[in-house]
Amino acid sequence: MTLLAFVILLAAVVIGYVMNLRAARAIRDGGTRMHSLEGFHGGYAALMTLVPTFFLIIVWLLFQDTVITAIVKAGLPAGVLGGKGTGEVQLIMSEIRSIAGGRIFGTPEDWKLEAAEHLVALRELSGWLLVAVTAALASAMMYISRRTVAAEFRARQGVERILHGLMVSCAVVAIFVTIGIVASLLFETIRFFQMVPFWDFVLGTNWEPQIPIREDQVAAEGAFGMLPVFLGTLVIAFIAMFIATPIGLLSAVYLHEFASRRVRGVVKPVLEVLAGVPTVVYGFFAILVIAPAIRSFGDNFGLPIAPNTALAAGSVMGIMLIPFISSFADDALGAVPRSLRDGSLAVGATQAETISKVLFPAAIPGIVGGILLAVSRAIGETMIVVMAAGLIAKMTINPLDSVTTVTVQIVTLLIGDTAFDSPKTLAAFALGMVLFLMTLCINILALRIVRKYREIYD
Amino acid sequence: MTDQTNATGFDWDGPAFQSQMKKRRRSQIRLKLLGLGAIAIAFLMLMLLIGSLISTGYQAFTQTHLKIEVFLDPEHVDPENPARGNYRQILTDTMKVQFPEVADDRAALRRLTSILSNGAQFTIRDRVVANPGLIGETVQFNVPVSDDYDQLNKGLIDPETPEAHRRLKDDEIANFELLKDRGVVTKPLNTALLTNADSRFPELAGLKGALVGSFYALLTCFLLSFPLGIGAALYLEEFAPRNRFSDLIEININNLAAVPSVVFGLLALAVFLGWFGMPRSAPFVGGMTLALMTLPTIIIATRAALKAVPPSIREAALGVGASKQQVVFGHVLPLAMPGILTGTIIGLAQALGETAPLLLIGMNAFITSAPSTPFDSATALPTQIFIWADSPERGFVSRTSAAILVLLTFLITMNALAIFMRQKFERKW
Repeated sequence: MTLLAFVILLAAVVIGYVMNLRAARAIRDGGTRMHSLEGFHGGYAALMTLVPTFFLIIVWLLFQDTVITAIVKAGLPAGVLGGKGTGEVQLIMSEIRSIAGGRIFGTPEDWKLEAAEHLVALRELSGWLLVAVTAALASAMMYISRRTVAAEFRARQGVERILHGLMVSCAVVAIFVTIGIVASLLFETIRFFQMVPFWDFVLGTNWEPQIPIREDQVAAEGAFGMLPVFLGTLVIAFIAMFIATPIGLLSAVYLHEFASRRVRGVVKPVLEVLAGVPTVVYGFFAILVIAPAIRSFGDNFGLPIAPNTALAAGSVMGIMLIPFISSFADDALGAVPRSLRDGSLAVGATQAETISKVLFPAAIPGIVGGILLAVSRAIGETMIVVMAAGLIAKMTINPLDSVTTVTVQIVTLLIGDTAFDSPKTLAAFALGMVLFLMTLCINILALRIVRKYREIYD
Repeated sequence: MTDQTNATGFDWDGPAFQSQMKKRRRSQIRLKLLGLGAIAIAFLMLMLLIGSLISTGYQAFTQTHLKIEVFLDPEHVDPENPARGNYRQILTDTMKVQFPEVADDRAALRRLTSILSNGAQFTIRDRVVANPGLIGETVQFNVPVSDDYDQLNKGLIDPETPEAHRRLKDDEIANFELLKDRGVVTKPLNTALLTNADSRFPELAGLKGALVGSFYALLTCFLLSFPLGIGAALYLEEFAPRNRFSDLIEININNLAAVPSVVFGLLALAVFLGWFGMPRSAPFVGGMTLALMTLPTIIIATRAALKAVPPSIREAALGVGASKQQVVFGHVLPLAMPGILTGTIIGLAQALGETAPLLLIGMNAFITSAPSTPFDSATALPTQIFIWADSPERGFVSRTSAAILVLLTFLITMNALAIFMRQKFERKW
């Protein structure tokens, strides 16, 4: 059905274009001087048909399922949903959906079969309605645009208005994405704080999100204090920065000041390759090579090292961030005016002195900006820590111990089936909110610093 | 001149100056060496990364097979309904022929049959279903062996280690050596790695589902982010008035580029799956999520490409009477296209390696068939790597490395294409 709707739309666009084009040509051939070229008349019809109809189909498809489910739910016999939680209702609805799809397990109750039939009928109806509405709207738009064809009609301006509107809406999508992120995080976070007190989350030192599913289950009560998770994130980010910053800065200094053109030509692509490796690969590298290496190293010295030591995840993350910091530092050093460097060399300073006493201080805002952005990447990095760091939150800053991070918790809480009404799932969104705000603040700070620095020399 | 130097009271040739110079030179050399060391560490890590992947991954590109003569006993397969035959029994009979001495010992026979992969019976079944005329005949099959024996054949299980510490016991190894001596053990190229979908058994697991899933996700991502990105960039670069609204959009795009990827996964989970009720694990939804992440990259690259078109082109077109939009769509955009495409390919390469948001929308499900439409459940290459890296079977270690090598090959190809396009088509004014 959906495909048919799109075919109708496409046909209407083509027919509208050809009709208007022909009509405009007929007028021109009649000897009248046209305001717009014939192509614009055709394009006007095509766009007038395409834009609203396409928009209608998309909106229809987006909301079709939600509406149908609501109708089916409302049509269920009274009482069957009485007193059931959202999770159970969702389960029943998905069972009905799978019956409707022809996958019947066991012998469902009669009312479920009826509801499934209802669902199928509604889907069919919705499909036909979509086709009908599409056809009606498309032909109406075709008719309207066909009526406009006239010598004095400003078709070009019409086309340009529509295109302008389309471009503006493309740009606005970026805003909608941000709004979507904030809204979805905020919405679920508020629901989380209705179940778990705000201060327990922010200042709690105990993170045990495994809450019992059934009443009689023996399990931890479920504690949602984010401090240990937060601390673990900082530990790993610190290890990563501890490795990435010196190596990144020194390699940038060498590349910028000492390396010949040929060395640069080799080293830069290598760093770019390091930057382009997907993080899931780094995660596998951490568990395959780095973690065993660190453990056997520790065994030699009798150090107790946890299998998921923060050191492994942190150091691999550091390797990932080397090219990031190095390219930022290289840019910052390159943006220092040549006159400063030449002046320093002219009064007899060595290259090393020029770098440490002149170039570096001048480039420091840009470098700090880059380091801050790297910190924000380290905090938000997910796959390396999901694969190589631990799951259990501990209040420790010992890098040999296993710690967990915000992103690890988000992923482990949400992997598998998720119900939107348990504090466990919602806790992931609260952590996501924390992560978003943290990285946002760091990014804004970093961009401020970089921008301020640019204003000095440009 | 010497008078002047002496006037400052400093001896430019004296030992004090010499030692100071020495110190300064030393610090110069020290900095240089530190820089070299830093680069060497980065190099070393890249070598270690690639080296460890290749050294563990190359094993997965071959797979041990067993050449066996199978008698398709009509007793176990009904020619009317070949799909429901008892192929397990047929295989047991086959092994009985190979090892007549254990024919009566059922336990030993079962252990012998476990040399063959669990999927061997399906290989035979598929061939019989395709050609029921084979029933009653003896046919030669080339079937994969199970993971433990594959590891043994590749030398990853050392027969020298104490028996208690290895997966295969002495008699099992002896049996396998016997088969090897008969020359029925082969080690052909592992085509199953690319033609099979996922499986619980490492010897059968392949990347087809992940490759198709990634393809659909990237296609969706491209179809959404490319037009949206170009539209947004054109507006911001060529048409937008300098006001608060366009500033707001710019700040937004810059911030979006730095939002952690897992947050996009949360957005997709809450909005696409939660509010709009889209299907879980579908490449289409994954592609939409990736599109949101790729959008800022494409917008930034497109704006850079548009900026690089010299104003003289615009002025010339405006001068002969073109409208602002005719200038942009007729002249500026075509000239900027190579740069835009380069940026798009790099953005798509990033999207191909992205894992975290796909995990949150359930693209790490265990699915044993490739998706036939973008709306079916599927995995993607990076999530498949994540699943395999998490699997305890030993055979999955080399398969994970092999999958990573496949992913890296795609990424390198895409980046090489981008570089090629940049060098071939980009014009300098």
